[in-house]
Amino acid sequence: MLGLATKDFVLLLVVAVLCLFAPVLLNPFPETSDLAQFNAGYPDLMQRFVIFGIFAIGFNILFGLTGYLSFGHAAFLGVGSYSVVWMFKLLNYNIVPGLLLSLVVSGLFALAIGYVSLRRSGIYFSILTLAFAQMSFALAYSVLTPITNGETGLQVYGNDPQYLQGDSAPNIPHLFGMTMRATETVEFGPWLWQFNAGYYFCAVVMLIAFYLAIRIFRSPFGMMLRAVKSNQQRMRYTGLNPRPYTLAAFVISGMYAGLAGGLMASMDPLAGAERMQWTASGEVVLMTILGGTGTLIGPVLGAGLIKYLENILSKINDNILHQWFAFMPDGLEDFLVAIVHPFIGKGWHLTLGLVFMAVVIFLPGGLVEGGQRIGRLFGRKKPAEAEAKAAAKTPAE
Amino acid sequence: MEAIILQILNGLDKGSAYALIALGLTLIFGTLGVVNFAHGALFMIGAFCAVTLQRLLNLSHEVIDDTKKDFLGNPLKVDVPYLADWFGADAAQTIIQWSVPLAILFSIPIMILVGISMERGLIKHFYKRPHADQILVTFGLAIVLQEIIKAFFGANPIPTPAPPAFTGSFDFGALIGMENIIYPYWRMVYFAFAMVVIAGVFAFLQFTTFGMVVRAGMADRETVGMLGINIDRRFTIMFAIAACVAGLAGVMYTPINSPNYHMGMDFLVISFVVVVVGGMGSLPGAVLAGFVLGILEAFASMNEVIDIVPGINQIIIYLVAIIVLLTRPRGLMGRKGVMEE
Repeated sequence: MLGLATKDFVLLLVVAVLCLFAPVLLNPFPETSDLAQFNAGYPDLMQRFVIFGIFAIGFNILFGLTGYLSFGHAAFLGVGSYSVVWMFKLLNYNIVPGLLLSLVVSGLFALAIGYVSLRRSGIYFSILTLAFAQMSFALAYSVLTPITNGETGLQVYGNDPQYLQGDSAPNIPHLFGMTMRATETVEFGPWLWQFNAGYYFCAVVMLIAFYLAIRIFRSPFGMMLRAVKSNQQRMRYTGLNPRPYTLAAFVISGMYAGLAGGLMASMDPLAGAERMQWTASGEVVLMTILGGTGTLIGPVLGAGLIKYLENILSKINDNILHQWFAFMPDGLEDFLVAIVHPFIGKGWHLTLGLVFMAVVIFLPGGLVEGGQRIGRLFGRKKPAEAEAKAAAKTPAE
Repeated sequence: MEAIILQILNGLDKGSAYALIALGLTLIFGTLGVVNFAHGALFMIGAFCAVTLQRLLNLSHEVIDDTKKDFLGNPLKVDVPYLADWFGADAAQTIIQWSVPLAILFSIPIMILVGISMERGLIKHFYKRPHADQILVTFGLAIVLQEIIKAFFGANPIPTPAPPAFTGSFDFGALIGMENIIYPYWRMVYFAFAMVVIAGVFAFLQFTTFGMVVRAGMADRETVGMLGINIDRRFTIMFAIAACVAGLAGVMYTPINSPNYHMGMDFLVISFVVVVVGGMGSLPGAVLAGFVLGILEAFASMNEVIDIVPGINQIIIYLVAIIVLLTRPRGLMGRKGVMEE
């Protein structure tokens, strides 16, 4: 269906259903219970799940298929954000022109950077992309202030032209009149579910992006990209030039990143240079590896997990820990709190680093490989493992 | 002319730091074939060795001082460092002021320990894995080390002053008959120190049997192994030496820039660029590129240059790297066959 094999279609359908019911599924704990702090079903966080999902899916097309490790993808994210905010400033708050522009601009940007960087491979490629991204960051921060508004970050001001802004049009980002902040709150017993227009828009975009990624993975073009990864030499001997294929992959993944950046700015009309810093590039690498490089669903899982941990772990503080361990004797309670303390709150990066190292060392295939291993432990195929199974066709290397 | 000399001098101290870190990176890459993204973290750990020593020396206990009174007339409690009890107040004062140079001695064993445990505990298992995996695991390690330091020392920069003998500035112009060339003493010390360390590493590799075996191992590891030499152990020691070099660079850098937890990452990105510009696996290349890029950065920060090309000071290093990589893929002094594809 939709030009997909049954397995892939099932995977797409599962992701679509999960996206559709995410506001419910991510809020498993009643609002009144102590566990409500683990809920992730509020619009802001869910938007970040899917947006970073798009970012990671795009990164995976480059890294997962061709094996080229780019350390500069955040540059495209930033470029996409700037394009969208500029469209807000010049035309009106409708997000469509901005997103289109962000695709075009990030594509061109990726073409230029990729054309130069792809002359080298391996570590040199990583350093080149890193250098380009750092350059873009430094320029956006300093010289290009007229375009990027420097340290303050680009935003829409009252005296911006906004040529197409009608009188009745909403004054916040919207899609043909449907504002991105519109949220339908449903109370179901003690539960509180929020259905947010912006989230659903991002989710639809993510599904389209995911669908395209599946098509790319299964296409002859995807085959060529895998050939680039496994043996460029042999590819050249068969009379194929790997460069155009890698460049195409680079541009595609750059456009994905630009789209993600554009969506970020569409949800919250702000664009800052710090989005281009290399730590942001590192983050998408972490997401992809954590989920499973070269697998379809991996990057989305990784993005979701990292954003969830970031949000939840950084919220927990010592008081909450004391509540949890309250049933223990006092000495032991304090001791445990002292042990856990460095890993939560502001220290959540420590947890992230440790988890990431553990994954690289013990589970190079990421969460997807973990799922497969658990699946194999229990022997026979169950429906829950359909995902892992579908991903198994593209073994993580 | 004065401006040019001044900029060269200004570039030397940063260039020294780049050269030292890049030297360590290249040592690790040349011997173990591992791309170490945690090297910046080693630089930072070195800097925090200086901070730790400063704090240790300042450990004190309260003493009731009868000669001083607070505003109510009660005897005032005064913090007296333990050192003052042992050596007398003046000597203690001097020792504390000289904590940064003393930290050199303090940091060497620590850095060796950190280096050996890192190599044996983690990097050993990654020799056979692809470069991407090495980059990723050391990147993760860098995050962890940096967060541990942050958990202990907080997120703010910690000032660690140079000894008073070096706090002033030196009128370099008077020496060569020109004016307006004032240069802080400590930066000269840093440069001299870097030269000594670099010369030491090169001499060690060039003139000792150990160094000879290591060089042979860099050229052809398997043959050296077959000759019955335990090359792995020597490479581990080289890793510890590289960690030491980075750590010492960090210790001595603390008076120039107060250490904070992300200084390692800041330097790491540039150091990688330096290594690539110098040529992967080439020790002289790394040192040369470190100084060249440091001085270029200083020149690009001149107001006259910024007026012509705005923002050049921010991007000059990356720009040079891109040009070098595209025109001389092996870097300035890279050898054939090292990390080509």
